[in-house]
Amino acid sequence: MSTSTLTKEDAAPVEEPVLRKPSARKRLVPYWLLLPGIIWLVVFFALPMIYQASTSVQTGSLEKGFEVTWHFQTYWDAFQEYWPQFIRSLLYAGTATLLCLLLGYPLAYLIAFKAGRWRNLLLVLVIAPFFTSFLIRTLAWKTILADDSVVVEALNALHFLDVTSWLGWTEGDRVLATPMAVVCGLTYNFLPFMILPLYTSLERIDGRLHEAAQDLYASPATTFRKVTFPLSMPGVVSGTLLTFIPASGDYVNAELLGSTDTKMVGNVIQSQFLRVLDYPTAAALSFILMAIVLGMVTVYIRRAGTEDLV
Amino acid sequence: MTDKTAHTGKNTGGGDVRLTGISKSYGSFTAVHPLDLTVPQGSFFALLGASGCGKTTTLRMIAGLEDPTTGTVFLGDKDVTDLPPYKRPVNTVFQSYALFPHMDISENIAFGLRRRGIKSVKKQVDDMLELVQLGDKARHKPHQLSGGQQQRVAVARALINHPQVLLLDEPLGALDLKLRRQMQLELKRIQTEVGITFVHVTHDQEEAMTMADQVAVMNGGRVEQLGAPADLYENPQTTFVANFLGTSNLIEAEVVETGADVIVTAGGGKLRVPGDRCTSAVRQGGKVLVGVRPEKISLTHADDAGSIADGRNRVTGRIADSSFIGVSTQYVVNSPAGAELQVYEQNIERDTRLVPGAEVVLHWNPAHTFGLDAAQDIDAGVETVEDAG
Repeated sequence: MSTSTLTKEDAAPVEEPVLRKPSARKRLVPYWLLLPGIIWLVVFFALPMIYQASTSVQTGSLEKGFEVTWHFQTYWDAFQEYWPQFIRSLLYAGTATLLCLLLGYPLAYLIAFKAGRWRNLLLVLVIAPFFTSFLIRTLAWKTILADDSVVVEALNALHFLDVTSWLGWTEGDRVLATPMAVVCGLTYNFLPFMILPLYTSLERIDGRLHEAAQDLYASPATTFRKVTFPLSMPGVVSGTLLTFIPASGDYVNAELLGSTDTKMVGNVIQSQFLRVLDYPTAAALSFILMAIVLGMVTVYIRRAGTEDLV
Repeated sequence: MTDKTAHTGKNTGGGDVRLTGISKSYGSFTAVHPLDLTVPQGSFFALLGASGCGKTTTLRMIAGLEDPTTGTVFLGDKDVTDLPPYKRPVNTVFQSYALFPHMDISENIAFGLRRRGIKSVKKQVDDMLELVQLGDKARHKPHQLSGGQQQRVAVARALINHPQVLLLDEPLGALDLKLRRQMQLELKRIQTEVGITFVHVTHDQEEAMTMADQVAVMNGGRVEQLGAPADLYENPQTTFVANFLGTSNLIEAEVVETGADVIVTAGGGKLRVPGDRCTSAVRQGGKVLVGVRPEKISLTHADDAGSIADGRNRVTGRIADSSFIGVSTQYVVNSPAGAELQVYEQNIERDTRLVPGAEVVLHWNPAHTFGLDAAQDIDAGVETVEDAG
């Protein structure tokens, strides 16, 4: 946004000097339009961030009050104590992202290329869950995954749970309060964030490219591998980011569907803030998570090479 | 044709494209009525018609991109009707080129070879880039190329596979007029050079006539007429062909006398039509549409009518409009025989009396007259404003 306004500014003096006065007013228009958004971000994003950053290097207690002492040791201590939760967060979020991609891609493909007049209806159905509260939807999964539920009984009958228990994803004949329950919840809650960007990028692909590929001796499978999938990469990248980033910081799913053994970083931060009242540790954990996710995303985008795609 | 077959040695066996009884319906709409068509190997064949006439559908059925409702597609002696597109030795140049945007030019061109498991493609790709004169663009992405360059990449991408048949779906439609003329010659040159059968779909009659050895004129899902361009132009069999290829003056007339020469009357005057140039059986008292091309007609001022040689067909009239277009002058003449007759006169010796309002005599050699079945729509195939361009 800022670069485009800058180039406009640079170009302005080249124009006839007579037009200068009105164009000076015009030049301010983008800034006026940006103002509400900037104020919003400063008040609700930048200031809290600065506040949290300062909190993370404070020491003290609730009774005596906290003071900035540039105590960076908190970061190291927090990481040392809670690294298993970090690993777990990234693992759960990564698994959920992968599941979302595997479930979402065929669906997005179907809606984009095969749905015909059902396309809009299907898109509405994809976002239909948003009409209910996030909390209620997650609570509903408690019922779905309850020990005596049809789903769990069916999985038991199929001996599916024997396999997942052996892998350590479930425990015995239970699903609730296991890693699998948390990953299921995450997958369910973030699936629309995967489908929508995938759909958008698939829908943009010119159908004639499929015909051209098949005309040039590519079987349907090769056409997908060489043409459709590479062209949908922008959707894959944005879909995985929109799923992975919020999922790695999520705590509701682990709280409602998991147990003490499935705590994610989000749960730790929440309890540090609201129960233990150790604000510096909670703030430090937040920043560590942010740094890890930012690092991973940067590497990922570099490797996926989206800027090279059309 | 035999010498051409000889120099296309890389093609195996007889390579004619044969369509037998092929048709395509979408629900109750019939896009292509059952048609039989043979495209001889090594020829440049054009399917010509207005949009919606079924020419592209026919092409797509050869490519395998459309399943025919009835009929069979043969490539040489092989029935390929049930083969999917990726198993047919046929390649297409698409109307919008359909280049892969995520691959560079050389990857685009190598695509077909790679799919057939050919590993060392560099030499062939370089040769092909050379053929289409894009050697320096190998590493560019399609969107960095101009329309004409993209078009040449599309041709190269298809040709590199040495298909038995190259299908071209209005490949020049998106180019401006000058570039289009240039590419027509270019494509013709490439076709002569590689000797592959080209099937070219177009709505531009001039394009079809410039490039093709054989033209099939399609209308309403049927082939109206098939033949060499000159033959189609000189001997149209239907009013559609007469009007769609160039311009024709069609005059409704009554048959007075039959024989080697058919004598008809139109607007009070007598005209002669060679009997063998009448497409339908003529009988005395019946109707016939008499046609003559505008450039075959001479224009003489009524005062000089006596100087016109005997034995020529003549029609009197009054000039309604004239437009000077350099090499020729185009006149519109109203006459009792027919309104708005077109006459193209070469600008050799211009008679200054030939201005709008002047009384004139139109005359031409009777051998240039043709007769068409009067039961047809006289205006079929006339280019109207909405399909112009």
